[in-house]
Amino acid sequence: MADWVAACAADDIEEEDVIRFDHEGRSFAIYRSEDSDYYATDGFCTHERVHLADGLVMGAVIECPKHNGRFDYTSGKAKKTPACVDLRTYPVKVEAGTVYIQVD
Amino acid sequence: MSASQEKRDYSLTGPEGGKARERGLVAAEWYASPIPRKRMKELMKRKDGPAIRDTILWIVLLAGAGVLAYFSWGTLWAVPAFLVYGILYTSPGDSRWHECGHGTAFKTPWMNEVVYQFASFLVLRPATPWRWSHARHHTDTYVVGRDPEIHQPRPPVWRVIIIQFAHLVGGPKDIKRMFMHAFGVVGKEERDFIPESEFRKSFRESRVYLLIFACVIAACFYTGSILPAMFVVLPSFYGAGLMVIFGMIQHLGLHEDVLDHRLNSRTVYMNPVFRFLYWNMNYHIEHHMFPMVPYHALPALHEEIKADCPRPNRSTWEAFREVIHALLKQRKDRNYTIQRELPPTAQPYQYGPKPIIAEAPGEQPTTS
Repeated sequence: MADWVAACAADDIEEEDVIRFDHEGRSFAIYRSEDSDYYATDGFCTHERVHLADGLVMGAVIECPKHNGRFDYTSGKAKKTPACVDLRTYPVKVEAGTVYIQVD
Repeated sequence: MSASQEKRDYSLTGPEGGKARERGLVAAEWYASPIPRKRMKELMKRKDGPAIRDTILWIVLLAGAGVLAYFSWGTLWAVPAFLVYGILYTSPGDSRWHECGHGTAFKTPWMNEVVYQFASFLVLRPATPWRWSHARHHTDTYVVGRDPEIHQPRPPVWRVIIIQFAHLVGGPKDIKRMFMHAFGVVGKEERDFIPESEFRKSFRESRVYLLIFACVIAACFYTGSILPAMFVVLPSFYGAGLMVIFGMIQHLGLHEDVLDHRLNSRTVYMNPVFRFLYWNMNYHIEHHMFPMVPYHALPALHEEIKADCPRPNRSTWEAFREVIHALLKQRKDRNYTIQRELPPTAQPYQYGPKPIIAEAPGEQPTTS
């Protein structure tokens, strides 16, 4: 059964930005788009173990801070090498100013 | 000979890669100077303007030097004219290859790709293999057995250093690689860092390179002169000197097998002409620590973190002398390494992997 886990306050993340959230030995990246929609993916790039929360958000794209691999964080799709494997995404909801992600 | 003076195997297929992995040096967490997130985002912001301006300026200068070289052909003036043309062909070719390979020079992705492909040909580096090689260089910078771009082993090989000033090591090696790829053959070392899904792209690129070579050779026969090759292909040999110096001062003489770019990379203050040719890669610690900061923001990044970094070399010449001195020392003592003092404001160096610390009984161990 997947659990909803409180990740952060909605205003902890600036528009078009990302933060890191660690939970039970796993690491996630939580995104806020320009339109203040929220998304979550695995935290580390699928190419090398580099955390995406240090990367640059450009529209719906997150860029790995080390090698320029890019993903669409709304779908997890790898968009540019050296990232070749898609990111895993997680359902997100915002309730009473708190961002929750559904973690299995 | 003591064990520590034994030669190491710098290939990617030897035993050193496994040892590096055992020591926690592979795809490890590297030291990064603290910068507020807001400031970091400003520094990483992409722009098209500076790179369009610099690319137009480069092409105009290259064309101008080419016209002078053409009209000086057959006179002694051809020597300086082609030297200038060769330097303008190769040094910016190298730095544009590098910056566009990182995808940071331009904001618009296709512009990065067009200039990357063009510059890759100028410096005779097969575009896709070198993109992957360079990604590995950034993952495992100067980790022996992992980094395919270590400039020189310890002790250094002087014959290689000297002939490389005319690109006579890297050039033939990459031309051989182009032939292999054109016929669908990928070397064992390359398989260590290029995924199979990229092979077909490499093969296509190499066939295009060989087609261009064939056209240049045909033009030479047609005109009965070497002049066409003096403008395309040969400049990457006769114009390589400055590019090689820039390459040598990036890392040589500093540490191997560490996880802190302040220990294995060198920031050098350069004059504006060299900085234009080199696209600010003289800020090499900054570039390695934060590779997604575009070249035009590196001076600002340098200001941001210089209190956390060793003193930069004051000039290209000073850095080059320091490298040569270190290489001479390493002939007899392969462990000779330049030690650079940090300012009192800096965080300590991170020589190896961070120790694992259990935060409290029953909790998951974390890195400090």
